[in-house]
Amino acid sequence: MEVAFYLSGLVAVLATLGVITNTNPVHALLYLIVSLIAVAIVFFALGAPFAGALEIIVYAGAIMVLFVFVVMMLNLGESVVAQEKAWLTPKAWLGPSVLAAVLLLTLIATLWLGDIDKVIEGDTLTAKEVGTTLFGPWLLIIELAAMLLLAALVTASHVGRLSAPEKPAMNKETGARKEHS
Amino acid sequence: MSWLTPQVVAVFVAMAQALGILLGAVLLGAVMTVVERRLLGLWQDRYGPNRVGPFGSLQLIADMLKIFFKEDWIPPFADRTLFVLAPAIAMASLLLSFIVIPFTPALHVADWNIGLLFFLAMGGINVYAVLLGGWSSGNKYALIGAMRASAQTLSYEVFMGLALMGVVAMAGSFNLRDIVNAQEGLWFIIPQFFGFCTFLIAGVAVTHRHPFDQPEAEQELADGYHVEYSSMKFGMFFIGEYVGMVLVSALIVTLFFGGWHGPLLPPIVWFAIKTGFFLMLFVLLRASLPRPRYDRVMSFGWKVCLPLTLINLMVTGAAILLTAPE
Repeated sequence: MEVAFYLSGLVAVLATLGVITNTNPVHALLYLIVSLIAVAIVFFALGAPFAGALEIIVYAGAIMVLFVFVVMMLNLGESVVAQEKAWLTPKAWLGPSVLAAVLLLTLIATLWLGDIDKVIEGDTLTAKEVGTTLFGPWLLIIELAAMLLLAALVTASHVGRLSAPEKPAMNKETGARKEHS
Repeated sequence: MSWLTPQVVAVFVAMAQALGILLGAVLLGAVMTVVERRLLGLWQDRYGPNRVGPFGSLQLIADMLKIFFKEDWIPPFADRTLFVLAPAIAMASLLLSFIVIPFTPALHVADWNIGLLFFLAMGGINVYAVLLGGWSSGNKYALIGAMRASAQTLSYEVFMGLALMGVVAMAGSFNLRDIVNAQEGLWFIIPQFFGFCTFLIAGVAVTHRHPFDQPEAEQELADGYHVEYSSMKFGMFFIGEYVGMVLVSALIVTLFFGGWHGPLLPPIVWFAIKTGFFLMLFVLLRASLPRPRYDRVMSFGWKVCLPLTLINLMVTGAAILLTAPE
């Protein structure tokens, strides 16, 4: 399982780099999907198949589809690719990369100095254990998350509602005419 | 021979089974293309393809020869990588789902605890085939078809998962083998009737089969997302649709009709009979129903099926809690 963990972790990092450096929006999104699937395989390797499957279903299968959907609707052409290329100058990426590299070094150092034996271990979690944990000690958090999602849903349906059909102004007039005749 | 230990034999048997299931699924999908046309002919009072070979039995070979030798054309305005990738995703994601289906007590590829979730995950990935195929073609009709298909699949996948949760709750497991074993006394079609109805509808919608084939409606969209495809790339989309039919039929049998359980006949025969029945049902639906309007399809999914599955799940949960031994 260690090999699977490191390989899919590597894929996830490389794919995420692809997301940042790719100039074509749809291709960049595809890299992001690959990255999400790689993270799902990391979950599998860690013995959490339930989380891994949900990662694919929710993120790769539903949320990213909406992203791709919107980008396709925008019908971005060659101009966007050129624009992205223009934006990706060394001046733009050098500073953040140096900072990120420092963070990466810190992370590696912490992993190296800490007890490395505990990096990949654990028993396989079943869906039932996940469920009893979520709806046992974490019940309050789940309920709060549910409230938040419900609020988002109500907001979305309010923003996206069709405006009420305008009352045809003719009605009164025709009625009036009828009275006349 | 010293290397031929029982473990090695077991590995080879498992590989042979997996290959057999893979080939069987693809071949069944291919055969269904012809069987469907013959059955449509029968139900619509016409002949159907009956010229090639006795009773048209060699029609499949003629079709395959034609599709193999057609020019494999990639439009110059297409996004080449994605254009080639899309049919592969269409076929692969559906074929991978066959991994989790237990055909008989002995015949299966893998026995996973997340079996059903794996199918839902692969169904989610399958959306990209249509989406990318439609977008990379660089064609308006293809793009509109892809939009419709992905919106439809997304909305129907939401309650497809929920429709299955009743079964999962009753069996107490995502493992399809456990679900089949839990149906030994009573098939889940009876306690989970509404789950079955909604899953059947969702299954038809997710495979873009008639009457949910607005994404490929010939009259309005030429042929939808695969209008620019030719030769084997089109063939993979085409066969993929039928493989999807086989997959959904096999899943319905596994989840609601007791899988391989049945009297007298051996398990594989029962599984084949039940799956065949649902394949016929798919064809009969196409032969008999008109195509509804696209916006009605969407509002039916969200306003009728989704609440129905939620209520079904709630009632199932309540019933399980009430009957559970304390």
